[in-house]
Amino acid sequence: MIKTVSKPKTSSYDAIIIGGGHNGLVCAAYLAKAGKSVLVVEKRPLVGGAAVSEEIVPGFTFSTFSYVVSLFRPHIIRQLDLVKHGLQIIPMETTYNPIPGDRGLVRWADSERTRDEIARFSQRDASLYSEFGLAMGRLSRFAKNIIDTTAPEPASLNPKELFKLFKMARLFKDFDGKLRYLNVKLMTMSAVDFLQEWFESEPLLPAMAGSGIIGTFLGIRSPGTAYVLLHHYMGEIDGAFRAWGFSKGGTGQISLACAKAALSFGAEIITDAAVDHIDIKKGRASGIVLENGDDIRAGTVISGLDPNRTFLKMVGEHELPDDFVTQIKRYKNRGSSGKVNLALSRLPNFKDGRPGHHHLKGDITIAPSIDYVERAYDEAKYGAFSRRPFLNIVIPSLSDPSVAPPGKHVLSAFVQYAPYNLKEGADKWPEQRDAFGNAVIDTIEECAPDIRDCIIHKQVISPWDIEKMTGLTEGNIFQGELSLEQLAFLRPVAEWSRYRTPIHKLWMCGSGTHPGGGLMGAPGELAAKTMLTEGGV
Amino acid sequence: MPKKSPFHQRTSQFCQSMNWKDWAGYYAVVSYDTHHEQEYFAYRHAAGLMDVTPLFKYEVTGPDALRLLSRIMAKDISKVKQSQVTYCCWCDDDGKVLDDGTVTCLSQDHYRVTSAEPVLHWFHQNARSLKVTIEDSTSRFGILALQGPLSREILTHAAGGDIASLGYFRLIDCSIDKRKVTITRTGYTGDLGYEIWCENKDALAVYDAVMESGKNYQLLPAGLAALDVARVEAGFILNGVDYFSANHCVINSRKSTPFELNLGWSVNLDRDSFIGQQALKKEKKEGSLWQFVGLEYDWDAYESIFAKFDLPPQTPAGAWRTAVPVYGRNGKQIGQATSGAWSPTLKKNLALASIRTGHFTMGDTLQIEVTAEYERKRCPVKVCKPMFFNPDRKRN
Repeated sequence: MIKTVSKPKTSSYDAIIIGGGHNGLVCAAYLAKAGKSVLVVEKRPLVGGAAVSEEIVPGFTFSTFSYVVSLFRPHIIRQLDLVKHGLQIIPMETTYNPIPGDRGLVRWADSERTRDEIARFSQRDASLYSEFGLAMGRLSRFAKNIIDTTAPEPASLNPKELFKLFKMARLFKDFDGKLRYLNVKLMTMSAVDFLQEWFESEPLLPAMAGSGIIGTFLGIRSPGTAYVLLHHYMGEIDGAFRAWGFSKGGTGQISLACAKAALSFGAEIITDAAVDHIDIKKGRASGIVLENGDDIRAGTVISGLDPNRTFLKMVGEHELPDDFVTQIKRYKNRGSSGKVNLALSRLPNFKDGRPGHHHLKGDITIAPSIDYVERAYDEAKYGAFSRRPFLNIVIPSLSDPSVAPPGKHVLSAFVQYAPYNLKEGADKWPEQRDAFGNAVIDTIEECAPDIRDCIIHKQVISPWDIEKMTGLTEGNIFQGELSLEQLAFLRPVAEWSRYRTPIHKLWMCGSGTHPGGGLMGAPGELAAKTMLTEGGV
Repeated sequence: MPKKSPFHQRTSQFCQSMNWKDWAGYYAVVSYDTHHEQEYFAYRHAAGLMDVTPLFKYEVTGPDALRLLSRIMAKDISKVKQSQVTYCCWCDDDGKVLDDGTVTCLSQDHYRVTSAEPVLHWFHQNARSLKVTIEDSTSRFGILALQGPLSREILTHAAGGDIASLGYFRLIDCSIDKRKVTITRTGYTGDLGYEIWCENKDALAVYDAVMESGKNYQLLPAGLAALDVARVEAGFILNGVDYFSANHCVINSRKSTPFELNLGWSVNLDRDSFIGQQALKKEKKEGSLWQFVGLEYDWDAYESIFAKFDLPPQTPAGAWRTAVPVYGRNGKQIGQATSGAWSPTLKKNLALASIRTGHFTMGDTLQIEVTAEYERKRCPVKVCKPMFFNPDRKRN
């Protein structure tokens, strides 16, 4: 834990960062490291935004929202010395897809064993699986180049920008023909269509396609979802792509490590301090006003909030050019997922005939067939949560016993779809929350019939709750969908992809900027580095 | 053919990978799973249970037991109190290390020694005219190492005895499943941990009881591969890898002294004579030829070596033991890294190395050989103390 106060030490800073999410904290750490006086302002009592751990029931630590880590940039860990500040990542080794009444499919760290598992459904798929992994690995390295630098600006004639595009083109050129086509396909196809070019069997197809829909309001057959697939493939731990892990003590420990790093460089953090608005004078941001009326001045104001909240609530339409406002309004948030966190008295029994619980240590995806996942989307399209949703479940206490009392467990279920905009209206979520939670538990029950007997406590979080708790507009976990038209030089909107805004001295550093969400820390880092090199702060 | 330890029936049941090696004449599990990662993370976040029976064990008894050990060990064993364990090394007349291990004081006339190599002959040779009996008890006891942050909870659950107040490098006699055991708070992972000694006949019952107690704490049987990564993080030397017993060296230059292995802290020079004392006193005065250090790879440089081949950085999958050259500022070789590992906990590439004195100071940047795409390259490494991982819980 870190000790924070709700009052700043002074009334003026080089930079004020609104929002103590992981990106805000990373940004603060880099700016403070460069010698700037920095204040981070967080409305909740704890830092982390959507990357928090909370002891909801005594002894049980829930990673309330974000629950696994993969994309967090390794160089940020090194540059901010996050290990020294407490960051510990425990890798997840398995991916399990239960099927009611069957052994299901487990993909292990051991590739031979995985091949045997897949061969039960398709010999052909089994023989292709590692080849696919290699191709995605090669594409990931192309993508890594994009996420580790500021977005290229294709409309610019600035030699620096042209060089960047040239560099990317050269990387692309290094691909052999097949891989180049694959890249184009990845950018345009649906997750299922893309995967069907390789594989034929269920449950492998829906199991793999599942990561293509996470955080989007799209189905696995919707074009564009193949890219999101890659976004989940390029996570890297210790140089290995497609590695996922748990943060010891819950996801909030990542935020705490970032906060400790920021504090160690001299940044200040205040909590329980909600910002009312950004003070703008003559088109220039000059400070912030808290909800309690406190006025704090800043050379630069940086928003870690999502674009919608930043511009339409903190700045105000009247301060902004019309076309910019229109674009921000068009920016798609469309929260589509919820979370069910359970405290369990014991491990539920997945009736799969598999001995032990080794196969439950990684993630457990409930997506038994393509139609199942597409059907879940059908309901969401018309404003209802899925009765049988796509679930991504983890039981982190199996790898990190510190998050639950001995013998007991925490289970985190990421649920899709839970549309923010119910057809009865988003504000009807409190009435539907219970039914939503029950649908999730019913779904788990089909694979683990005794789940209800194990539940000590249940926390059900709808996208409406996510918005209420974290401020994320429409509860979108990525601060805006990771669809192609909202990525790279188009994130959040064209011409404003470099963390700048139409307001002088107002910058952005959240997941709503390039390269997007997913607990990467990259937007915070790139924003800080851009500001420092371009005289933004 | 290697022997089977008294725990073999269980370890072989859990060792699905069939990945064994010969450790001092015993079958020893390298990793229970095909990869040791889970076992490593059990050591660091829960607990791992390892069969360390192959350690050589000796019971030194009789009125002159202390005299013998004080004569052999570079450390002053008279300072070791009853129920205390100490880590030490012993040398030949030239002050060159023969082996390292532990000495436990069970009573004034009963000490127990563990070592990596057989020492019976050396002990007998130095016991002439002393009233002392030396028994090789290696095959009489089974030893389990229970290591990791939750080892205390597990053992408290399993053993009848005050485990919670058992101090670092202390011993307690108690029982597990009504079998007599001796528990020491020692280990080779650099973390909180214990070693459990039991009679062979009780071995399986003790093993089962510990595993049962560990069920709620994610205890895993763990093997040598995971241990090797942990010991590199902790900076613990290994006989036959980071140094060679003077007994086995064909050339003198290969021998090492305690000071050269960073074991100077375990040498008590000013006392009654002990083997190697004169040579060590001289070395203390004149300085050592070598220093044992830790090396941390410069990751950005490491990454760029591989990037030149359009490859992602390749970290070793486990600990490595094939020595590689270390170069000084002038580009000349000034030493060798003898073991190393990627530390998944510290997120650093680490190595343990012997470097010639006078060619560096702590904090300096040296170069280490790295092979990328079959080509030998040099990567900058920072010199530091050989202890990368040292959590408070280890001692507290």
